[in-house]
Amino acid sequence: MTTTVAKAGAGTVSEPNALLTLWRNRKARSVIIQVFTMAVLFSFLAYIINNAVLNLQALGKTFSFDFLNEPASYDINQTLIDYTSRSTHGRAMLVGILNTALVAFCGIIAATILGFLFGVIRLSNNWIAAKLVYVFVEVTRNVPLLLHIFLIHGIVIHTMPGAKNAINIGDVIFLSNRGMTIPKPIFGDGITFTVVAIAVAIAAIIALWRWAKKVQEATGKIYPVLSFSLAIFIGLPLIVFFASGSPLTWEVPKLGRFNLRGGLVAIPEFLALWLALSLYTAAFISEIVRAGIMAINKGQWEAASALGVKRSWTLRLVIIPQALRVIIPPLASQYLNLTKNSSLAIAIGYMDIVATIGGISLMQTGKEMETMIIVLFIYLCFSLTISSFMNWYNKRIALVER
Amino acid sequence: MSQATMSSGQTYKPGEHPSLPPPSSVKGPIAWAKENLFGSITNTLLTLLALYFLYKIIPALAQWMYVDAVFTGESRNDCRAQAPGACWAFIGSRLKLFIYGFYPEPERWRVNLSAVLLILALIPVLFDNVPHRGKALIYSCVYPLIAAWLLVGGFGLTRVPTDQFGGLMLNVVIGVTGIVFSLPIGICLALGRRSNLPIIRILSVSFIEFIRGVPLITLLFVAAVMLSYFVPPGTNFDLLVRMLIMVTLFASGYMAEVIRGGLQAIPRGQYEAADAMGLKYWQSMRLIVLPQALKISIPGIVNTFIGLYKDTTLVIVIGRLDILGIGNSSLADSKWQGLSTEVYVFVAVFFFISCFLMSRYSLYLEKKLHSGH
Repeated sequence: MTTTVAKAGAGTVSEPNALLTLWRNRKARSVIIQVFTMAVLFSFLAYIINNAVLNLQALGKTFSFDFLNEPASYDINQTLIDYTSRSTHGRAMLVGILNTALVAFCGIIAATILGFLFGVIRLSNNWIAAKLVYVFVEVTRNVPLLLHIFLIHGIVIHTMPGAKNAINIGDVIFLSNRGMTIPKPIFGDGITFTVVAIAVAIAAIIALWRWAKKVQEATGKIYPVLSFSLAIFIGLPLIVFFASGSPLTWEVPKLGRFNLRGGLVAIPEFLALWLALSLYTAAFISEIVRAGIMAINKGQWEAASALGVKRSWTLRLVIIPQALRVIIPPLASQYLNLTKNSSLAIAIGYMDIVATIGGISLMQTGKEMETMIIVLFIYLCFSLTISSFMNWYNKRIALVER
Repeated sequence: MSQATMSSGQTYKPGEHPSLPPPSSVKGPIAWAKENLFGSITNTLLTLLALYFLYKIIPALAQWMYVDAVFTGESRNDCRAQAPGACWAFIGSRLKLFIYGFYPEPERWRVNLSAVLLILALIPVLFDNVPHRGKALIYSCVYPLIAAWLLVGGFGLTRVPTDQFGGLMLNVVIGVTGIVFSLPIGICLALGRRSNLPIIRILSVSFIEFIRGVPLITLLFVAAVMLSYFVPPGTNFDLLVRMLIMVTLFASGYMAEVIRGGLQAIPRGQYEAADAMGLKYWQSMRLIVLPQALKISIPGIVNTFIGLYKDTTLVIVIGRLDILGIGNSSLADSKWQGLSTEVYVFVAVFFFISCFLMSRYSLYLEKKLHSGH
């Protein structure tokens, strides 16, 4: 009798002890924690997915991406590929993706140029220019981007003259409240030769650089690579272009009686978004550039000049390679920000991904789940592409430490 | 005898001659201008360009904003009849709308009270030389509950539907809620990202990268159209709450990265010392690592808040009227049509002042932290 009681007692005591020892074991504990986390996560996911299924059933909706093949029946104000209101939702999505890519690409280029320019001016010893850029940077950074977009859009729409009295810049570019009209290139049949020539020129320049570097490392002899590559880059395509009979003409916009005719039109929405994104991001980039150049020790300049290196070479061979290492990672996140911020387009009616598939298509088909999943997925793809490219570049220029 | 003593007519013993002022070509305004404005040809060109720009911009801006501006008037035409400049009368007539949105008139003292309490709650967080800081911090932690009760109502106060929140108040509510709730989540995510447990680490990393990979607008859209699918059928929860959830998740992704930076800056020896003392994981985090890491991260947290605060204007895309949205929608009033520039400039000046002050605070903090080492 007593033995059984003692056994039972021992059993009840040893069981929590076993659990406790298991808990005190580092490996076992980490397994328990992770299994527990997964269990909680999966049950939460199962719960919300179950809810979603029930909700969809209650509304009589199905989860499918078939709507992408149905006609979209809405118009888009800027299309880089053929699109009519009879095209499908899938096509509309493609137009949206291209519009986002266009504004992000143009924005990144403009923001980089402006940002580097502003950053260098702020470091220059010109007091007034540095202060002016400082004021610009602070004002731009501390005001919401949406406000910039609205302000520029408002200025283009309300204060620019109508198409009839468009601001004429050299009879080639016209500014009006319909946007900016520039000459449109019309490519003839033989243009492929020129495109091929440009590709060949780029390949030749890369080969030249590699060869010159090898020669320099082996013998110390320096060739005027820059002027040679410029000559190749401009000369070769130009020769091919004229040899193939100049297959490129420009459709210059003409100021008609009431309207502008012809040319390539950058619509006000694009202009506003592009300018706002570029200026806003340029303000951030200029700070990054300034910090990057300031991070380089003064001793680097002095060491280079002690070695007798020319000042222009010092900048190119000593300072900029080191500054880039500091600049690239935050620059990459600014590019990402710019791409993500281009989604503000919807506020002024520029038809990007959010406005096409996540906006009008969503309203028309009532497919909230599917459209939002597509939009999130596309942005993730954009972000991962840019960040992996920048990571690759960053790795390439990173300091090789032994 | 030297030249100097000759001219002043005095004689000095050798070595006692007072220092002469440096020549004007080395020091003084002319030398300064020569050095800093007209040092080289590019420099001179840049200076002239800047001066021309200022000459073009400043008088025109002053003319429009102040000299030709109208401060009292009944409508746009009224303004334009008085002077061609900015019509600030419009802003004046709508100022309350800009601040309170559509919050019911008799209940607006609650907004004012919570603003005052917010400032009181911020003091112990922002400045570390406040007396009784420990007790004051407890109040700061309780403040969000008090503010929620004051603003939404219930328990003795009249309920105010959250769709009447608007204007500046909505910006502050979203910004403050986002930052307050994202702090603990961000800490957990940052610790998770540096954890030894692979599953925890993978989950944290994928959550952070997902949040940082998509724009806030899409998350707000998710809040508006998709989130209600994930709750049991029949339940319906408030759009403001859904928005706050998404904004909090968004902010916590960025917060996690800021705190991770702080954690990485703590020397390895601190972790090892904590282990050597026999502290458990959470003990060492709570007592040794996090107090130091969070202190370093405060400037980053302030910067995250500035970004979030600016991003609160995005609620406009899902139809909520914050300070910018109120401005935008008042443009539709036929009495005041065509005054978009005034509205945007007003909102921009407002945001500039608040964000600039916050960024100055963050800089001050960075300098203070830097000198500590």
